[in-house]
Amino acid sequence: MTVTKLPKLSKAQFDSLGRELDDLRQRVIDDLGEADRKYIYDVVKVQRTLEVMGRGLLFAGFFPPAWVLGVTALSVSKILDNMEIGHNVMHGQYDWMRDPALNSKMFDWDTVAPAENWKHSHNYIHHTYTNILGKDRDIGYGILRMDEGQKWNPYYLGNPVYAFLLMAFFQWGVMLHDMETERLISGEKKWSETKAVRQRMWQKGVKQTLKDYVLFPALTGPMFLTTLAGNATANLVRNVWAFSIIFCGHFPSGVQTFTEEETANESRGEWYYRQMLGSANITGGPLFHIMSGNLSHQIEHHLFPDIPARRYPQIAPEVRAICEKYGLPYNTGGFSKQLASVFTKIVRLALPDSFWGRPSGPPAGTVGKGRAMRAA
Amino acid sequence: MLTTGLRFLEALATPHGVDRYLELIHPMLTVRELRGEVTSVHRTTRDTVTLTIRPTRRWQGFTAGQFVRVSVDIDGVRRTRCYSPATSQHRDGHFELTVKAHESGLVSRWLHANARPGLVLGLSQAEGEFTLPADRPDKILLISGGSGITPVLSMLRTLSDEDYQGTVTFLHYAYTEADVPCLEQLRDLAADKLVLAYTDAAGGDLEGFFDETHLRKAAPWFAEAQTYLCGPPGLMKGVRDVFADLGVSDRLHTEDFAPTPITVDAADATGDVTFARSHRTAPNSGATLLEQAEAAGLKPEHGCRMGICFSCTRVKTEGCVRDVRNGALSTDPDDEIQLCVSVPVGDVAIDL
Repeated sequence: MTVTKLPKLSKAQFDSLGRELDDLRQRVIDDLGEADRKYIYDVVKVQRTLEVMGRGLLFAGFFPPAWVLGVTALSVSKILDNMEIGHNVMHGQYDWMRDPALNSKMFDWDTVAPAENWKHSHNYIHHTYTNILGKDRDIGYGILRMDEGQKWNPYYLGNPVYAFLLMAFFQWGVMLHDMETERLISGEKKWSETKAVRQRMWQKGVKQTLKDYVLFPALTGPMFLTTLAGNATANLVRNVWAFSIIFCGHFPSGVQTFTEEETANESRGEWYYRQMLGSANITGGPLFHIMSGNLSHQIEHHLFPDIPARRYPQIAPEVRAICEKYGLPYNTGGFSKQLASVFTKIVRLALPDSFWGRPSGPPAGTVGKGRAMRAA
Repeated sequence: MLTTGLRFLEALATPHGVDRYLELIHPMLTVRELRGEVTSVHRTTRDTVTLTIRPTRRWQGFTAGQFVRVSVDIDGVRRTRCYSPATSQHRDGHFELTVKAHESGLVSRWLHANARPGLVLGLSQAEGEFTLPADRPDKILLISGGSGITPVLSMLRTLSDEDYQGTVTFLHYAYTEADVPCLEQLRDLAADKLVLAYTDAAGGDLEGFFDETHLRKAAPWFAEAQTYLCGPPGLMKGVRDVFADLGVSDRLHTEDFAPTPITVDAADATGDVTFARSHRTAPNSGATLLEQAEAAGLKPEHGCRMGICFSCTRVKTEGCVRDVRNGALSTDPDDEIQLCVSVPVGDVAIDL
């Protein structure tokens, strides 16, 4: 592990960084229009077409190539639905269109996690308190150790196993995340306070399960089991893919975490600074970006979570230039490199830091205005 | 049977719903969402366009005088405005809207320029209380000005379809003869009932703005009649004042179609406005909650911005708001209010 020496920005520099990024955002917002609407509707059309094709092909699931094609189409459909459409629509990226079908308050996605619950823990908690230990519940999702700042205990020996299970059952993990189990255990939150969240989970869970594991298999009659297996496979493929993309967003090496003290009373510029340093991109082609819901541009997404994701690749060169101008790192790399770095971290942090020959507890490099930065 | 089948299809299409799939085949195939296809387009004056609209199966018809919310996507943004059908309520399967392109009217100008057969519009079911009583009065006076003609024209056409035997006069105000939409049809329909008043030209039955003389000339029997009025703010005020002076305000029924300017004294604005769902709080600026929500970066659904279409209705969870139109206070928690005509009185929390 290295402690990255981060540039010391003055208050004036933070302010001008904030202004430059605000200006960039405003330019994109002023330019939103028919092209953005057409884009998202084109993606929706491809997704719905693939879904209908996929479900249709499973009626011929006795013929192996039809089964494979059907599952592939359904997997891609679920990935597009959850990532380029669902995640982004529920961020309010298309609310400016005032179209109820793509409005963040109305939309729900094809996973068991209810939109209403997810929007609270994701849009509010995670995007506001990104990478602040103790506040951002997405650091390890309450079950994994993903940062040295999380104190080691023997439970974390299972880190790789928990990560594997989370990957395989990702949609259920995302759903249960909103229960805030770790806060229930610590007594910060009462069981009775989870009533509304639990009701929504139950309703959504039943509907999704019924659709994928009862109704569509039953419709295919004698193909019941092959259809059920097909739907389960499509859900699994989506789970593995979504997990992999999402874990590359904040957990590759080099991504910074922050403490509550050092982020108290942040200015706009400092908030942007934390978002940039707390996120990592993945390089790839246009198709890869779409399949990742443009979360391959996690840095741009965290700076401007509410602008249409198709804009992220367009503004990425400018964001990168701003990073260079202020001497800030712009964490990016190929998918396999970022993913390998994440899996290494999952395994490394399963063991106490002393095992790797380091003192336990958070190593601190003093950066900037007395900020303690950790880099893994 | 149909509902059971539909429920089954919805269970298969969860969470998006059947319409989100059907509309990709054709936008008029929706089973739940109400839409309308433009089947013909006529431009009868230089700045109006008349659209014939065929709604989807969900359409429940309308009563003459009511309005529908019409939505179009302009440069990616869905814009919603209220328009009153101008046709008789007794014609099934289609209705007509006459839209005047106002200089600052984004939607009306867009429709005027772009409406063509095949265009699919978003629609709401008909709404509004500006209607004739089912038990038709013996004497009816209809007054309209400019594009306010549509709801009262619908009333006239409806009465004509019903072979109404009472006395009816239709008094319409326009700048000049060339500004009267569907003039020829009007003359065919009810030449003997029609009184045209031109404010900027001679040649009409009456000239200039509404006053008591106009009223007595057009309908000397006005005191025994029920009067239905829709027009621009100047005409509305003129008619209301005359009816008040003559002590017959209770016989006047009105529909505002142009927003009356909303003025609120920002000086006495106090407290904070909290948009609970969006986790945003801002000091009360004294503007309407819709404007304050927009200033806070939110994009709440809305339509008319004048308190008639109820698109922006939201639950006020805490605090007191004043209706800017009449000063009425809403003090109950969990009261449904219209953002566009409500201003906060002190601290207010909205479920938005």
